[in-house]
Amino acid sequence: MDLNTVWFILVAVLFTGFFFLEGFDYGVGILLMIVGKEDGERRQVINTIGPHWDGNEVWLITAGGAIFAAFPNWYATLFSGFYLALFLMLMALILRGVAFEFRSKDDNPLWRKTWDYAITFGSGIPALLWGVAFGNIVRGVPIDETMTYTGTFFTLLNPYSLLFGLVALTLFTLHGALFLSMKVDGVVRERAESIAKKMWLPVVLLVVGFVVYSFFATDLFIGFNLVQGIGLAAAVIALLASGWLIRKEQFGRGFIGTGVTIVGTVMLLFGGLFPRVMPSSLGAQFDLTIYNAASGPYTLGVMTTIALIFVPIVLAYQIWSYWVFRKRITAESHLEY
Amino acid sequence: MSVLDLARLQFAITTVYHFIFVPLTIGLSLMVAIMQTFYVRSGNEMYKGMVKFWGKLFVINFAMGVVTGIVQEFQFGMSWSEYSRFVGSIFGAPLAIEALLAFFIESTFIGMWLFGWDKLSKGIHLLTIWLVAFATTISSLWILIANSWMQNPVGFEIVDGQAQMVNFGAVVTNPNIMYQFPHVVFGGIATAGFFVIGVSAYRLVRATTDDDRTMFSRSLNFGLVFGLAAIVFTIGIGHLGGQFMLDKQPMKLAATEGLWESDDPAALSFFQIGDEADRKAIINIKIPTLLSFLVYDQFNGMVPGMNDLNAIYQELYADIYGPDADYIPPMIWLLYWSFRAMVGFGMFMALISIVGLFFSWRGKLDKHKWFVRVLPYTIVLPYVANMTGWMITEVGRQPWIVQGLMRVEEGLSPNLTAVDLWVSLIGFTLVYGVLMFADFYLLWKYGSSGSTSGEVVKPPAEDLELGKAY
Repeated sequence: MDLNTVWFILVAVLFTGFFFLEGFDYGVGILLMIVGKEDGERRQVINTIGPHWDGNEVWLITAGGAIFAAFPNWYATLFSGFYLALFLMLMALILRGVAFEFRSKDDNPLWRKTWDYAITFGSGIPALLWGVAFGNIVRGVPIDETMTYTGTFFTLLNPYSLLFGLVALTLFTLHGALFLSMKVDGVVRERAESIAKKMWLPVVLLVVGFVVYSFFATDLFIGFNLVQGIGLAAAVIALLASGWLIRKEQFGRGFIGTGVTIVGTVMLLFGGLFPRVMPSSLGAQFDLTIYNAASGPYTLGVMTTIALIFVPIVLAYQIWSYWVFRKRITAESHLEY
Repeated sequence: MSVLDLARLQFAITTVYHFIFVPLTIGLSLMVAIMQTFYVRSGNEMYKGMVKFWGKLFVINFAMGVVTGIVQEFQFGMSWSEYSRFVGSIFGAPLAIEALLAFFIESTFIGMWLFGWDKLSKGIHLLTIWLVAFATTISSLWILIANSWMQNPVGFEIVDGQAQMVNFGAVVTNPNIMYQFPHVVFGGIATAGFFVIGVSAYRLVRATTDDDRTMFSRSLNFGLVFGLAAIVFTIGIGHLGGQFMLDKQPMKLAATEGLWESDDPAALSFFQIGDEADRKAIINIKIPTLLSFLVYDQFNGMVPGMNDLNAIYQELYADIYGPDADYIPPMIWLLYWSFRAMVGFGMFMALISIVGLFFSWRGKLDKHKWFVRVLPYTIVLPYVANMTGWMITEVGRQPWIVQGLMRVEEGLSPNLTAVDLWVSLIGFTLVYGVLMFADFYLLWKYGSSGSTSGEVVKPPAEDLELGKAY
């Protein structure tokens, strides 16, 4: 396996970590005002992700940095091409991050309500936009011979990508509801569990719609490979299993189910892209691939060494941080936010 | 305005705004870690109060630094795609390393520190804040390694129009970083020092209880010691960095000195009104030979002026950019006065902290109430010095985006329209403006009347009670 492939896999791993972790904390953010009706309940909800959301988001920052270092042309084409979409996402992430820290620091009801909205939309908009972005990447966008995106913001708003946006939005919300059901207690937990029960079927229908649509709108299933096969099978089985587990009221296991669904979906997409990173809709000769988008072999070598040393260390202390805060948060807990 | 100007303005706004929060994060994380070390070692609850009080202000500021930092990771690709293609191999690498080595530690352990007071042992909890402080410093190291490469490109080879890394060691040990990194980190500690000095002085004047008085006079001493030590290092290293600049970026040096024509021995201008169109000084009050002395440590030595350097560059780069391309940075007045503000404010900070420490050492702070009353206003000094310092570094590098390798207009994303830029520029400005109010409000609220016993939310009635202290 060459270093370009190694880095393609590493970027996929970073996005997997990001969608798995930030997936549920987007979900928790989206559900904040639905499962938390009054202030104390909302503080419980926010405290479930309080110690973690920032660390989860760094998976995205690292993915961005890794793409920049390993595949500069991918970084340049994607971020300049999806300029306004990214701008919207950045706005949302900025308001959301500040909201977590600022919300509790004043007890004026209007102040809190404002930040609650910032958390809800700051979580929902990126969840939707990530789906739209990846839908467009997989479907292919107009990229010319200079590797420049030639479409506009509205080129990105095609039905296929919007459908994938909805899949991401609802799947993350379900993932978040299941996370909440493990982490809170009392009436907040009951609401989260009931939302999980209601949301499962719509998620399944959207996912089925997405897979069928992908068959017609993309080349994901042409030259279907083993990674994609495993990803698709895992995603389907895990999603069905999570439905069964939710019915059985085993929400914690259901959470693992939605987690595996997310991981499987990323495998399906990245497996389908490989060895391309951004297919061009103007012709395969303009596709960005792990070769024409890559930086030099020396950089890839240095970065591989660094990643192999530090990624396991990061994983170890992040897992430890979840272990420290494993206890359920109840109305009696000491709340920081 | 052209797309290029809009993109530059947006980059300037978002980056300057980001750097309002960064220095305080660097310095205050270290100071809070040290305060907490005092607490853990002595068991003295007063130090716990200090940690909680300064920790709260730290977190408010930290949050702003984090979210505005996300923009930094993406906006190179968004607005400067051609720059990104050119430098990804060598500039993207330190950014990725920064995320992997620093951001993960910072974000994970700040969460553990905030939420872990009653879940971790005292020792482990202390470790978490030290890790945050350590990671903030590591983070500035890697981002400055990236920036240093833009100032002084090393360890690369041009392959197919890309600057590809060929020597990681050379990039990491870029001579520029040897000046830039300590200058920025000590500048950050000085910022935190003056932040602590200013807030402590404000609270000390209004303190009604002995606990408050003890805690804030101890904090004030903390701030004075850190402020003085850090500003002395910042100035000293800045001086050496200036000498280095003569070698690598002589145009930047000439521009910050308003030196249009080469001079030997060169005089130091301390008040100049220049004519940037005709490229000469109109009014110029100078001290003979001082510039040569500052640059060469001796009373002579040629310091090249902007017009001569421009001619040299025009000849050197004629094949690439044509014989008439211009290499003199824009807004010489900004560079000239930024440098004077930075140096002047830095010296003033040194003076204030020396006087403050002297009064405090003699136990005379009570007798010099006027001094303590003035101190809160000095918080603004390091902020102006930080901003103007970066103005010199970044505006002084113009018209280059990478010194000697790529001009700024070459780095722009070709697909962007003025509408794209206007939308994002207005959006960023509005949101950043609103957040600035929220941030100041909270810093003011917790700084001016926040509890010193570490409660999470204080009822607003607290403000009224303190109002009576006047």
